[in-house]
Amino acid sequence: MISLKDLDVYVSEKQILKNINFDFEKEKVYALMGPNGCGKSTLANVLMAHPSYEIRKGKIFFDKEEITDLPVEKRAKKGIFLSFQQPLSLSGVNVFQLLRLSLSGKKDPLEIKKNIENLAKKLKIKKELIERSLNDGASGGEKKKMEVLQAAILNPKFLIFDEVDTGVDVDALKIIASFIAEFKKERTILLITHYNRILRYLKPDKVLVMIDGEIKKVGDYRLAEEIEKNGYQK
Amino acid sequence: MDDLTFDYRYGFKVKENYVFKSRKGLDRKLVAEISYLKKEPKWMTKIRLEAYDNFVKKSIPSWGADLSKINFDDIYYYIKPTDKPVSSWQDLPKEIKETYDKIGVPQAERDFLAGVSAQYESEVVYKSIQKELSRQGVVFLDMDSGLREHPEIVKEYFGKIVPSSDNKFASLNTSVWSGGSFLYVPKGVRVSLPLQAYFRINAERFGQFERTLIIAEEGSYVHYIEGCTAPIYTTSSLHSAVVEIIVKKGARVRYTTVQNWSHNVYNLVTKRAKVEEEGVMEWVDCNIGSYVTMKYPSCILAGKGAKGEVLSIAYASGNQHQDAGAKMIHLAPKTTSRIISKSIAKNSGRTSYRGLVYVSPAAKESKVYVSCDALLLDEVSRSDTYPTMKIKNKQVEVQHEATVEKIGEEKLFYLQSRGINKAEAEGLLVNGFIEPITKEIPLEYTVELNRLINLEMSGSVG
Repeated sequence: MISLKDLDVYVSEKQILKNINFDFEKEKVYALMGPNGCGKSTLANVLMAHPSYEIRKGKIFFDKEEITDLPVEKRAKKGIFLSFQQPLSLSGVNVFQLLRLSLSGKKDPLEIKKNIENLAKKLKIKKELIERSLNDGASGGEKKKMEVLQAAILNPKFLIFDEVDTGVDVDALKIIASFIAEFKKERTILLITHYNRILRYLKPDKVLVMIDGEIKKVGDYRLAEEIEKNGYQK
Repeated sequence: MDDLTFDYRYGFKVKENYVFKSRKGLDRKLVAEISYLKKEPKWMTKIRLEAYDNFVKKSIPSWGADLSKINFDDIYYYIKPTDKPVSSWQDLPKEIKETYDKIGVPQAERDFLAGVSAQYESEVVYKSIQKELSRQGVVFLDMDSGLREHPEIVKEYFGKIVPSSDNKFASLNTSVWSGGSFLYVPKGVRVSLPLQAYFRINAERFGQFERTLIIAEEGSYVHYIEGCTAPIYTTSSLHSAVVEIIVKKGARVRYTTVQNWSHNVYNLVTKRAKVEEEGVMEWVDCNIGSYVTMKYPSCILAGKGAKGEVLSIAYASGNQHQDAGAKMIHLAPKTTSRIISKSIAKNSGRTSYRGLVYVSPAAKESKVYVSCDALLLDEVSRSDTYPTMKIKNKQVEVQHEATVEKIGEEKLFYLQSRGINKAEAEGLLVNGFIEPITKEIPLEYTVELNRLINLEMSGSVG
């Protein structure tokens, strides 16, 4: 689905990612783990073409097509979605207005509205939160749920969840995780997780461990369990 | 030499072969001629001539936008040689035509707005509205007709809220005014339909020196809407209007303006309302067009419990300078004022919020709230605030907030990650920024206003 070849990524002249090579296959769940500051979020942002991150070497492929220089909104249209680690608040803009613009020409606004209402019920998101400015006065868990809601409506093929389990209480985590588990059919999921709590509810097919900007080890879900027990010293 | 002389005692003396010659520049004779041609009562002619004398005496304000390039001698103050700004649709600037297309203005309306047809083809609508209004005793006419048919009312209020000596442009307007609206709402009458200048046919559409007078008797309500979102093309570059409003006891008036003059216009306006006991005055002011705007809707809160509100949106790009704001004068106890200003500057545009709140010693237990937010869309645009507060009574609640924001890269990235391109993302964020004000405007205007601002921002309007 997505291939990374020889990727070197810099931020403000500092190299964060070193020689990243990896192929993400269709319809699999991946977990990306690693100590703080190792470059996990950088990888998420680079996949989404964040302007602050500079690819100085290497290429990114989406379904065999090179997208290294493809700008953000075009990548989103191709089907890449990023659930932000710290979702933003947008004053005067609610989630319906946002999604209506994202899907203008593709989906009927009334349908979008109905979808939002149904998903809000499913994800147990308070009605007021949907109607208000996006994430205005929302808790950590609610913000992450709003990211999941957007993903569900935008119907992407490759979803990156950047620490969707951080700052989220147990109940919210269960709801989010079970939702993603249902949603993952025919999609590729990349879970970036710091505490790997979500992996208890959503079993990954592969686990990647990143240290100092390099993918140091790849294994199956047992690797996550090992790290939970013994940490990253290996 | 003089083929027309004015003698206050005898009215006008006219030679048999008198013919009005349209010409540039302003002098006492032209002012007298305008009054004569309109067949006005002597007292109005006198007001005009006194105003002209004030105009000559006064100087251009030293503060505000740059007005130094106005050439008063190079302007037609009354009836240009050709009555219409353009003789055919073809002569309109390309950007204006494109905008009409993009915001979906129907063809009949386009002709009207472009000045191609002298009347808006809404005679049926106009007649039915007039029927309903006259049933309620409401008088809604162009100002010239108002003066002709209700001289006593006009005489009572004209120039009492904005005297011609107020400022140079008020004196200019008072001397050469033509067109504008006269609106009289009787006691206890609530006019449910927002009244628009559109409804006045057989009158100048968007005159240079409109004079508007609104009288809301006790307990009445009316909402008046001026201007329109479609850009108005005009060759005349100086527009100086005066609006006077009297809100009597317990009455409520809302005055909404959407200004979108073409980018060659100096738009210098004096708008003021006097609000009596328990009266409510709401100004909703949107300034999108013009080259320079100087406009500060004001409320004189003269009676106990009077309320005044100004909601102001200003958008400036390129070489535009919107110098806008509000004035609230608290003269009585328990009066309340609220000023909310949202300004947006892009592409070297400049917006300035200029506000004055004065609370007199008599205005105890009054409340003041001012919030001015500025949004800068890039590094080269500019925003200033000049808030002045003169509070002369200690038992007053005053709240003032001011913010300046830039559209952050993170917010744009967030929206782009949802498949929205940069221009659309900026548009969405700007719409969100002005939402607290646009939700007060009738829906059709809000939709058009949002679309128009987005168009302006994408640079497709000249």
